[in-house]
Amino acid sequence: MKETNKIRKIIAASSVGTMIEWYDFYIFGMLSITISAEFFPKGNPTAALLSTLAIFAAGFIVRPFGALVFGRLGDLIGRKYTFLLTLILMGGSTFLIGCVPGYDSIGIAAPIIVLLLRLLQGLALGGEYGGAATYVAEHAPANKRGYYTSWIQTTATLGLFVALGVILLVKNNMSNESFNAEWGGWRYPFWISILLVGVSVYIRMKMQESPLFASLKATGKISTNPIKESFAHKANFKMVLLALFGAVMGQGVVWYTGQFYAQTFLEKTCNMDFTQSRTIMLWAILFGTPLFIFWGWLSDKVGRKWIMMAGLLGAVLLYRPIFKTFLQDTDTKEWMKKDLIVLKTDSSFKKVNSDSLKIINTQYKDYYGNRFTKVSTDTVFISDNIIKADSKPIAINKTINFERYIKFIFLVWVMILFVTMCYGPIAAFLVELFPTKIRYTSMSLPYHIGNGVFGGLVPFLGLLLTTTYPNDKLVGLWYPIGVAALCFIIGALYLKNKIDQNVND
Amino acid sequence: MNTVKRYFGIIFILLAPFIIYQLISGAVQHINAKGTKDINNPIIWFIIIGIFIPIAIGLVIFGWYAFKGEYDHLPEKSNDLE
Repeated sequence: MKETNKIRKIIAASSVGTMIEWYDFYIFGMLSITISAEFFPKGNPTAALLSTLAIFAAGFIVRPFGALVFGRLGDLIGRKYTFLLTLILMGGSTFLIGCVPGYDSIGIAAPIIVLLLRLLQGLALGGEYGGAATYVAEHAPANKRGYYTSWIQTTATLGLFVALGVILLVKNNMSNESFNAEWGGWRYPFWISILLVGVSVYIRMKMQESPLFASLKATGKISTNPIKESFAHKANFKMVLLALFGAVMGQGVVWYTGQFYAQTFLEKTCNMDFTQSRTIMLWAILFGTPLFIFWGWLSDKVGRKWIMMAGLLGAVLLYRPIFKTFLQDTDTKEWMKKDLIVLKTDSSFKKVNSDSLKIINTQYKDYYGNRFTKVSTDTVFISDNIIKADSKPIAINKTINFERYIKFIFLVWVMILFVTMCYGPIAAFLVELFPTKIRYTSMSLPYHIGNGVFGGLVPFLGLLLTTTYPNDKLVGLWYPIGVAALCFIIGALYLKNKIDQNVND
Repeated sequence: MNTVKRYFGIIFILLAPFIIYQLISGAVQHINAKGTKDINNPIIWFIIIGIFIPIAIGLVIFGWYAFKGEYDHLPEKSNDLE
């Protein structure tokens, strides 16, 4: 009983800290529009460059770099102090982003400071996960390693929830002006971080070092150069490559497609109502999150490999049918085949140069209870400049009926199911692949390349494909499908399903 | 099965330069000083191609190891990795 309480405390302390790190990383992305307006004003090329670096460099370059820096530290000085350090670094950077005066007050110094702090966030995130997963796994008995480490796997999703919740709570308690002001409410989620981190640091300070690492250290067997031993020794390097190409890169794209790309697709491609699309995602994620624990538990019984491979194969086979259903069920041409009821109509005039345009918004409800707003733009007056209005009406703010709403939640849940299958057992899988003395370094780098680079590229390569082939709205899916398929082939062929009973080596 | 594993190694070796070629041709096609989308921005392309080149080299090495039969038997314990 005492042992069970101890491991529960270890899991809680590790998971809470990791969840806070995800919270810190997500709030920057979720508040990106306000942050851009505050620190990276449009029309300033230097600020635009810094903004691009803040968005892309933090995920693609700094996260893998952080994995190397902190992985090395974790294998040299220990897991406990290293992931304590990443937590302090992340919390401190997040808090300070909330304290930087806007561009209007201190000019170009503002975006430069924010960029540096964002890069520090990326660095810290790169070091956190490997530490938490290793720490929990090295305390867990062999027959429960998948189950215990799967709690760490829930933290990315829970961090997303907390970030969304805190932002909504702050936003709903003040006007938009107060929220978006230079010292407005958008800063509160950043300031709250210091409290969360303070509590987590206090809890982690009380924790003991991993018994396996402590034992290695006591016998003088720790690695003297973990980076060299991880990547310059062929026997270990080939396992790093296998982890990346046979498991983590596929998991990264499946995770990103299920949790983020689906939401963007519903909002931007299907033109669904903002609130409805968000609640679809939230319900699906809520019902899906416990499955991380289930697959982690099951992997202790049947092995890790085929659960992860089944998740990848499901994504490969079902992504296109699922997204095609989203498109078909929100196609207003179909809705218009039966009589529509006009709910409301209004019009406004807009001046474009010396032309005058009339914009008509008409809200409709179809026979089945689906609603949408048709926006038509007519040219009222054309000057010599001749800017002719696009006469093709567009349908926005689509709201589907209850039956379809449940169907969409189910379809997104299916994608979250694939996420949990790939992601639930992966911490235990990675821990078992590498020896204790270089485990932190060896598992952190492939994990952050898989998630940060392969996963993070889903929206960019999706945009690239849809721009190149504009007639196919599903073409952006070929990137995650292709990567998941390649990963499935490599994993199915080269990985073994055996659970390593002894990670104490 | 080991023969299949080895032949797939050749595919991975060929796949890596193909991916880099696709990325570079995508960059050449879409970089545009007047464009406003992310895919028009040269900085983003530099970052992506820069980070993908070592990954592609990793895929070539992985393919080479697979072709040479290095993955025919995976290590059973950590001592096998030394």
